[in-house]
Amino acid sequence: MSITAKSETPKVADAVAIRSWKMPILLGILSLFSVVVFIILGPSGTATFRISQDTDAWQVPDLVVPAKAVGALVSIIAVALTYLAWRQTRDSGKIAKWVITSFSVVFVIGVMVWIIGGTSTQNITLVGLFAGAMLITTPILFGAMSGVLSERAGVVNIAIEGQLLAGAFTAALVASITGNAYAGLIAAAVAGVLVSVLLALFSIKYVVNQIIVGVVLNVLVSGLTGFLFEKIMKTKVDGATIYNQPAHLPNLPIPLLSEIPIIGPTLFRQSIIGYFMLILVAALWFGLFRTRWGLRVRAVGEHPKAADTVGINVNRTRVINVLAGGAVAGIGGAYFTLVAVSSFSKDMTGGLGFIALAALIFGRWNPIGAALAALLFGVAGNLQSILSLAGTPIDGQFLAMLPYALTILAVSGFVGRSLAPAADGEPYIKE
Amino acid sequence: MANDHIDLVVESGQIHSLLGENGAGKSTLMNVLYGLYSPSSGQILVDDVPVSFSGPADAMAAGIGMVHQHFMLVPVFTVAENVALGAESTSFGGVLNLGDTRRKIREISAQFGFDVDPDALVEDLPVGVQQRVEIIKALVRNSKILILDEPTAVLTPQETDELMEIMGQLRDSGTSIVFISHKLREVKAISDTITVIRRGKVVGSAPPDTSTTELAAMMVGRAVNLTLNKADATPGAETFKVSNLTVMNDSGHRLLDNVSLSVSQGEILAIAGVQGNGQTELTQAVLGLHKHVLGSITLDGKELVGKSVSQVLESGVGFVPEDRQDDGLVGELSIAENLILDLYKKAPYSRGGTLNRSAIAQNSVEKVSEFDIRAQSPRDAAHTLSGGNQQKVVLARELSRPLKLFIASQPTRGVDVGSIEFLHKRIVAERDAGTPVVIVSTELDEVLELADRIAVLFAGRLMGIVPGKSSRALLGLMMAGLSAEEASEQMQSQKESGTTGETGEGVQL
Repeated sequence: MSITAKSETPKVADAVAIRSWKMPILLGILSLFSVVVFIILGPSGTATFRISQDTDAWQVPDLVVPAKAVGALVSIIAVALTYLAWRQTRDSGKIAKWVITSFSVVFVIGVMVWIIGGTSTQNITLVGLFAGAMLITTPILFGAMSGVLSERAGVVNIAIEGQLLAGAFTAALVASITGNAYAGLIAAAVAGVLVSVLLALFSIKYVVNQIIVGVVLNVLVSGLTGFLFEKIMKTKVDGATIYNQPAHLPNLPIPLLSEIPIIGPTLFRQSIIGYFMLILVAALWFGLFRTRWGLRVRAVGEHPKAADTVGINVNRTRVINVLAGGAVAGIGGAYFTLVAVSSFSKDMTGGLGFIALAALIFGRWNPIGAALAALLFGVAGNLQSILSLAGTPIDGQFLAMLPYALTILAVSGFVGRSLAPAADGEPYIKE
Repeated sequence: MANDHIDLVVESGQIHSLLGENGAGKSTLMNVLYGLYSPSSGQILVDDVPVSFSGPADAMAAGIGMVHQHFMLVPVFTVAENVALGAESTSFGGVLNLGDTRRKIREISAQFGFDVDPDALVEDLPVGVQQRVEIIKALVRNSKILILDEPTAVLTPQETDELMEIMGQLRDSGTSIVFISHKLREVKAISDTITVIRRGKVVGSAPPDTSTTELAAMMVGRAVNLTLNKADATPGAETFKVSNLTVMNDSGHRLLDNVSLSVSQGEILAIAGVQGNGQTELTQAVLGLHKHVLGSITLDGKELVGKSVSQVLESGVGFVPEDRQDDGLVGELSIAENLILDLYKKAPYSRGGTLNRSAIAQNSVEKVSEFDIRAQSPRDAAHTLSGGNQQKVVLARELSRPLKLFIASQPTRGVDVGSIEFLHKRIVAERDAGTPVVIVSTELDEVLELADRIAVLFAGRLMGIVPGKSSRALLGLMMAGLSAEEASEQMQSQKESGTTGETGEGVQL
């Protein structure tokens, strides 16, 4: 063998003719928005950020900033970054990552200062914002982890909403009957698994379109829990609806950790479900990317036939993952009735299961990414409810919409491509 | 029935070739041996011990490894992750320990001169290296028998030579190899024994010194004329010109880089190259199927770049796409309907917006007999036809209009030898009728058979245009990225140092 053929690809000429102007245009619009809203229409007072709650052991002093000056600074930086993005696009067709990242950070600061500076009452605390966000974040996060489990193995899970709802209902019923919240928690996991059994049966065994199965399951669970809610939970015994008075899961603050400003009240003053959530995110990440189990699951989701040819049972892996996902989402559903509120009501999950799907996609099918996306959605949701009480320059509903608009941008490739596992949604049929 | 009472004995330390046409049942047989399909009767013995496989895991445990035609590698995994998959070494609690796998990959890599980096992402590797990863996968699992399913289909001639050398080394180290192929030349060059399969049955065995025509006759079941009798081309005016054509993907990466060529009336230009070096983009650009095209393509002086597909077809371009099942035919429609897919809007097939059924039927009867399409009835769905007959339908449709340019991509891929003969004759007939013809093919045999001139593409760039009767070694060098001048210089210098026998010509008869 003596031929020395050129095996490396020749350097492709650098001149790039295709440029995407989407990003500079988007940044331009946002910059214009900040100039108009933060400077011209901006509040003239100061914005006070309260870091600590009154009950905290360590008191961190409030951060007070002049709203208009910060708004002006933000606008100038935004315009400068937009110009930089435009130049980079013109010269190389690519925008450096740090430009977009710093733009986002600066813009978010601008929005916060504008909103808080413009509120009439000055009692918004950062810690209240985050701690309250957990009410929304927790079910989204559990739903997203259910999605990670099944979609990483290649089964699209649209039934998260149904799994959450089944968990919420069953937890309320069982905890009411037994008087034990932990029994309710376990029952919720079982209910989530049952929904998953149907999903697995139809989408894996009978190869029905996975999206259709998921949608149908959501409708089925909604109808079933609605029916049982009317027939069982509304039944009054001695004037009380005894089947809809679940015992509550107690809050278990962790000593010391719960005293850390902001993080403490947000993460370490939770019920057992909250702690399980933290462990779950870490465990799923480690499991998926560092263990044999994860390698096999990802192989099944990316290239099932390759997995099959090295002796991995593709469909068994998928079934196990879908069932595990059901248990996780069921526990997330239990959070509604055992922690967040004290009784079940019809369709109480209110679409959070679908938002969990958005978090899954925004987080790029990565447990940690999905968890951060769930946190973002939770904060935005909570901000909206706080602001509607506090009286702000813009409508709270509009703010609540922003994260989802962001998700659409993320999914459509504005913020880099979001790639699903290659075989996600494709049934594996052995020839 | 894909396999019918097949008996096959593979001796240890031998290269046993399985020769047969596409669809003869070679791959089915090997998938049975690998536990992917289960046989309805018969048994498999390894070292005289009967074994039964319920899945690939059992086959691997029995020492059988397989390199599939379409690689079974996860593109987003590293080499080490792919090799480890299914046989991972782990520390406590199932935590992956890839260090062990990396070490084994480096060992095997050093032993056979593979040059594979365990931490490279598989999707970034060239096809030839991916194939080595597949071989490493089998060797790590201590395979005694290695099945290679059409391994040379995706390789350049040089890569094929290297693979043959690797196969020789493996044989010498005691591994038995089953080499599945339909390429006579390769089978003769490397085998210790040849078994020929036709229509799911073993039709015989042959020693490697059997003549090519004899092997071909066994494979097809009748005497085949392997060489096409075609007269020399009499090129007329240059009517089809491509100048400075650049095609880019959405992110601006050049898939085709500044390619210029021209084709005369009555001439066949073959575009050679390994799969994925810009051939698809070139045909897409001509047809108006690609978004980002710079440069110019003219037919009879009229510009085609920027025109819609229907305008391009209207200007007299006939096109046989490389994937006939996805792009060439609508499988669920009947043969008759597929034959008028391009003309359904026009008289006589369209009558005031409705289809003229009798004209369509009339046309199908004519075309079925003219192109020897073997079908029960023209009303059958197109997907019920064999590959060769499907291709005849596509060709019949595309040649039914008066053409000013005919382009055929992979005209005989997956087509039986009998149909190949026919298809090649029709293509040459179109040339002789004075149409400029462009053939895109990754099969060097086909290129050499048909071409009056050969253009070689590598990484989207034109390596040069050489005469139709150029040597395989020269084309191989060009397919590996040398320009025509560099390649002929290298050939020259090797001839002078007297080493030609071991190089590109190594697999020649």
